[in-house]
Amino acid sequence: MSLTLTAMSGRAVTGDQQQWSRSGEMQHSRGPYISVITNRTTNLLIRGAMLFSVGVFLALVLNLLQVQRNITLFPPDVITSIFSSAWWVPLCCGTAAAMIGLLYPCIDSRLGEPHKFKREWSSVMRCVAVFVGINHASAKVDFANNVQLSLTLAALSIGLWWTFDRSRSGFGLGICIAFLGTLVTQLLVYNGVFQYTSPDFLYIRSWLPCIFFAGVITMGNIGRQLALRCKPSAFSQ
Amino acid sequence: MTLREQLREKISAAFYRHGLLCASYPVPIILFTSASILTCCYPLLRLPLPGTGPVEFTTGLRDYSVPFHEPQGDFGERPDWYRGPPVAYIQQVLVKAAVSPWDNSLVPVDVFRSPLGRVFNLLEEIRNHVHSDSSGIRSLESLCLQVTDLFPGLRRMQSVLPEHGCLLVSPGNYWQNQRELFDSDPDPFKTIQKHEPKGLHTSATLRDLLFGVPVKYSGVSHYNRKRVVTYTITVVLSSYDARFLGSLRARLKQLHPSANCTLRDDHMVHVHFKEEIGIAELIPLVTTYIILFAYIYFSTRKIDMVKSKWGLALAAVVTVLSSLLMSVGLCTLFGLTPTLNGGEIFPYLVVVIGLENVLVLTKSVVSTPVDLEVKLRIAQGLSNESWSIMKNMATELCIILIGYFTLVPAIQEFCLFAVVGLVSDFFLQMFFFTTVLSIDIRRMELADLNRRLPAEAGMPPPKPGPLRTREVPPPPRPSPHTITLQTPAFRNLRLPKRLRVVYFLARTRLAQRIIMAGTVIWIGILVYTDPAGIRTYLAAQVSEQSPLGDPGGGGLPPHLGVAPVFRGGDPTSTLSIHRAPDPTPLPENQSQGHHDPPRAGPIPQSPPAVPQITWGEEDEEGWRRLSFRHWPSLFSYYNITLAKRYISILPVIPITVHLTPQEAIDARHPQDTRHPQPPIPKISADLQTDLTLYKVAALGLAAGVLLVLLLFCLYRVLCPRNYGQNGVPHGRRRRGDLPCDDYGYSPPVSEISPLLLRGHSMDIECLASDGMLLASCCLAGQIRVWDAQTGDCLTVIPNHGLRRSSSSGCWDHRDGWDSMTGAQESECLSPERDISFNGDGLTEDELYPPPSHLSTAPRAGFDFGGLVERAYMEHEPPSPSAYASPSSASSSPPSGAQLQRSPSLGEAATPLIQERSPMGGTQAAGDWESSVWAMELRGNLIAAGRSSGKLELWDAVEGSLRCSNEDGVSGITALAFLNNRIVAARLNGSLDFFTVEINKPLGLLQYRGPPGRSSMPQSPCYSSEDVISCQLTRSVQCAHQKPITVLRAAAGRVVTGSQDHTVRVYRLEDSCCLFTLQGHSGGITAIYIDQTMVLASGGQDGAICLWDVLTGSRVSHVYGHCGDVTSLVCTTSCVISSGLDDLICIWDRSTGIKLYSIQQEVGCGASLGVISESLLVTGGQGCVSFWDLNFGDLLQTVYLGQSSDGQGVRQLLVLDNAAIVCDFGSELSLVYVPSVLEKLD
Repeated sequence: MSLTLTAMSGRAVTGDQQQWSRSGEMQHSRGPYISVITNRTTNLLIRGAMLFSVGVFLALVLNLLQVQRNITLFPPDVITSIFSSAWWVPLCCGTAAAMIGLLYPCIDSRLGEPHKFKREWSSVMRCVAVFVGINHASAKVDFANNVQLSLTLAALSIGLWWTFDRSRSGFGLGICIAFLGTLVTQLLVYNGVFQYTSPDFLYIRSWLPCIFFAGVITMGNIGRQLALRCKPSAFSQ
Repeated sequence: MTLREQLREKISAAFYRHGLLCASYPVPIILFTSASILTCCYPLLRLPLPGTGPVEFTTGLRDYSVPFHEPQGDFGERPDWYRGPPVAYIQQVLVKAAVSPWDNSLVPVDVFRSPLGRVFNLLEEIRNHVHSDSSGIRSLESLCLQVTDLFPGLRRMQSVLPEHGCLLVSPGNYWQNQRELFDSDPDPFKTIQKHEPKGLHTSATLRDLLFGVPVKYSGVSHYNRKRVVTYTITVVLSSYDARFLGSLRARLKQLHPSANCTLRDDHMVHVHFKEEIGIAELIPLVTTYIILFAYIYFSTRKIDMVKSKWGLALAAVVTVLSSLLMSVGLCTLFGLTPTLNGGEIFPYLVVVIGLENVLVLTKSVVSTPVDLEVKLRIAQGLSNESWSIMKNMATELCIILIGYFTLVPAIQEFCLFAVVGLVSDFFLQMFFFTTVLSIDIRRMELADLNRRLPAEAGMPPPKPGPLRTREVPPPPRPSPHTITLQTPAFRNLRLPKRLRVVYFLARTRLAQRIIMAGTVIWIGILVYTDPAGIRTYLAAQVSEQSPLGDPGGGGLPPHLGVAPVFRGGDPTSTLSIHRAPDPTPLPENQSQGHHDPPRAGPIPQSPPAVPQITWGEEDEEGWRRLSFRHWPSLFSYYNITLAKRYISILPVIPITVHLTPQEAIDARHPQDTRHPQPPIPKISADLQTDLTLYKVAALGLAAGVLLVLLLFCLYRVLCPRNYGQNGVPHGRRRRGDLPCDDYGYSPPVSEISPLLLRGHSMDIECLASDGMLLASCCLAGQIRVWDAQTGDCLTVIPNHGLRRSSSSGCWDHRDGWDSMTGAQESECLSPERDISFNGDGLTEDELYPPPSHLSTAPRAGFDFGGLVERAYMEHEPPSPSAYASPSSASSSPPSGAQLQRSPSLGEAATPLIQERSPMGGTQAAGDWESSVWAMELRGNLIAAGRSSGKLELWDAVEGSLRCSNEDGVSGITALAFLNNRIVAARLNGSLDFFTVEINKPLGLLQYRGPPGRSSMPQSPCYSSEDVISCQLTRSVQCAHQKPITVLRAAAGRVVTGSQDHTVRVYRLEDSCCLFTLQGHSGGITAIYIDQTMVLASGGQDGAICLWDVLTGSRVSHVYGHCGDVTSLVCTTSCVISSGLDDLICIWDRSTGIKLYSIQQEVGCGASLGVISESLLVTGGQGCVSFWDLNFGDLLQTVYLGQSSDGQGVRQLLVLDNAAIVCDFGSELSLVYVPSVLEKLD
């Protein structure tokens, strides 16, 4: 049963690849509109733009949660602005989201193991909801101490990965990017760009890596789904 | 492992039995489930409603002391917020003032001018009140709440609200608490109105704030029929001093006694305000909900293959929601009061509980065989998924259990709710949703009555299904009546997103509905904000006509039911004071004289002449009538938040002020009298109100009609294409003709059954039709003519040519005369030979031997055609050159060989199968007699082009050869027959134009009429007596460099496509080449042209070009196939192409944008036909499929034969009567499109 499906999708994938190679050859002779539609770069751009907007949106909303609890402090004049956080935060988050979301399907195809676990939008939505929930918990739930909070969030993040991803590449990439993100944040805070009210892990909050990890998993999920949706559509359009 | 297997077995069996139970007794189970839901939700009634409404707590005034910060001991019902001092104490002085008695000399302004003027006296009194006793001297200044600064951004309020000092609010603030300003104000009402916001206002307005009573109770308006003005002076105190307040109260009461007013003054109400949710906090919440709805949407979208998709989606959502409610209810029942913010955790709970199980159940049930009984299907579906459901539930419970041990109270509580929610969700899924699903499936079964099979009562319980992951649907069930589509991605993506959006908008008429809803809201707002003052009229009207009298200060009090009781039963509680019999001795600063009792009191003739000031229950806590945002907004003006804090409201101090008419007149502004008398006399007031009502109603009606018209026009303008009709096929698609999908659900077999036309012994080569008749030619060269309506075989034209028997190797000839005379032997030699002759031309029966013994076919007839042909042949021996095609000249058969007989036609047939190759590379060897390569049918003339280059015209009805032309030598690869012209494309790239001329017969000359005999063509229709000649008018020798592959003619144009990558357009009349269209990079394989002069061509490069036939310019050039384009069809709006890659692409004709594509099975999809604008038919492997062009959905697949052994449909013709003809091996298949589908266009 699942074998047949796998075979079918495998066939579709190989068909895709053939199609791609073919369309690459035919690129020069195609009409302008078609080539725009099937253009891989355009496709990539569209996906990147979508991921970017998702990232910006999530960054704004989740930052609002943190700002409400006075966890992050920005210079006061910025707070009065409607976005309630510095302008570069959403931009950075959006860019990172776009990169991650494009990186995941790319790595999947490089490794030659297409991600097939729970490939549907409802699952992606569930994943996003859980991610927002983790953020919510980090901002609003009163924990006894920071270790507990961090451990809980770490468990939640791992659970998120297990529930929605379950791929080794996803896990590795998540860990790497979470590490990088933590490092960057440390540097930022060290240089005084912004600060946390009660840092407990050098200069930042100890739950930040967990949030990063969960965010990477979520954006990767979205990116994979977008890639899955975009490819056949480019193929058939 | 064995334990696990056993467990699985048991679970599966249990689920099976449960499914049977649910499907057998749906109604009782649903009732039971609803009852249990309601029972579990019952404790919720005791929970306070969520919201930000304030909470009250009442304490006695006498033993009041500021509560402590720390909760100490048990205070019974004392709420936990009642700690510490309040933000402020509110002391309201409620003033009711009236001019009495009312004098006719008074103008309406007098109703409120002098009463309002009294506020300044009172203010002065309050401000200057000093209480001195043993503990010292206290004034208001020391007790009141000192405010410092108005909130920035409220500059416009600066002039009205006190900016610093005591927070003391009264209507006097309008005039900066200065009597002089008031006195010099020509229109106080206007001053009050000036500060009102213009638009919609829901929270406290400035007028509410200053007056302290709702606007409609204040009585400050020109139309105050009560002539009683009510307002309050609100004093905000920061600390409570009972003695000061007591003395103030006593002083005011002494100044302005409210006789017999028995308002209770021993209770203090503490009002606690909850946290107001601001926009900033709302955004994450809203985001969570949006994600939740997206999740629900994407989940329920996957429900498919059921009778009512919406119904099941609703049931799924109901299941989840009620399980949540049940969990909260159950937790409350066991004493776990929720402390979490329900609105915030709710989305996460839904996500945790999830809709997955419901979807899995649905999928599993609909994928069971449809021919089973409903309850068996339910039971099977349940038991198939039982293991995965149980496993998932166990996993989720484990996760939640882990969460419970985080020992964080909030998470523990969440987990507790989630556990209860999960369990109740499971319960509901098993009982509620399964039952709903069974009802749904049953409805679907009933809908397909033709599909009913006897219930298989003795079905053995199915083995527990193989372990499946939840995502993987069951395998497609192989069935002769299903075809499998490709992966769902292809199906889902056939329409572009933008089109889907447009369709969605058009289908649901979303824009119109939003506009309409907006209009309704707008009208509502208009009515609410009441710019025309209608409501004031109405309120006044109602209060005047109220049978309950006038208990309140100007409007209907909230305690309607209480007021009359008090009025009637207990005169002490409410008492009109106009007859105050013994006035108390007044202090010196009481400025108003109490009026004369005999004068004021009993004037029953004119009740409104004496304003009655009454005090009722509702005045006791008049602040309740204010908006609950009244106090928060007042404090927020001074940047004091009341969120999570409380204020204490002290009992009001009632004050009654009576003014004499003289005082009122004295207080007048000079301009007051110049104001026109309000033009509403008492009598006409009702009429006025009614008129206004009618006006409003009429205007509203007109506006509605106008709006509808406007929307209609908008709809017409914005949606010129009739999207609305898409609803019909959509509904149809949803209801009946469900396509088969991945889940193996196959739609029931419909009534479409193809009519097989048998008779040809070999594969059918050519197919032609003119609507009434149908001509087919097989590889054996035999032409048969069928009635397109009934499928009867009308005529058989056997191949007259030479056949070489493979067994003997000698040349045989089948001669008509011989077969006539030697009928017996030919019959026994070739029993399957098609000699069913048509008996139409029986007029000359007597001339020949009776044919009845000749044939075993039921419709045996006399083959006139054979006779004619033979006569013709004898008289006119064919020239040898006719048989010598250039490429096969080496082995041209001897001409005399055609007189030999064929002893064994049947076995001669097999080796003669030749692939007809349009490229002409390996066409017939010369020793092979010419086969029909192209055929056309017009009227009742069959034009057949042979590989030998001979063009023959046959009478379709009689089967007789009418004429023949052998001018060309190269094989005719394509034919076009239009009007009286025939265009033949030859293998060598030349193009011949023939003219068919018809003239009336002269005697019996038709038998010996030489070809090319010219006479005037009388009319396109001809009878059997007509002499028909076919003359080569023009031959374009080098029309193309390479063989012509396609030839189409329509609208007076002939279009040829060739291997040399070009398309040429000729005019039919003068056979002049109009254009040579270049643009393809491969040979042309398909061309479409129709009466509307649209020309489309497809080539081997997979490109499709649309051309303008009039100018020869290329309209669009699109690529869609990675192989040859095999077939092209256009409708008025789109172009449909199929290619060797088994892809069918649908393009927009005007823009050249691909709308969607359909991936078909391998090896089919070469033939296309369009039945109507929205119905496409394609040929497949042994089947034809009907597609909805609007949505790209498979409507139906009709199987031509029982064995789908890969006989592909290569040719497909759509007849005029919406029937389609296609070849199916050696058979023809006539498929009548059912009436259901005919309604589509």
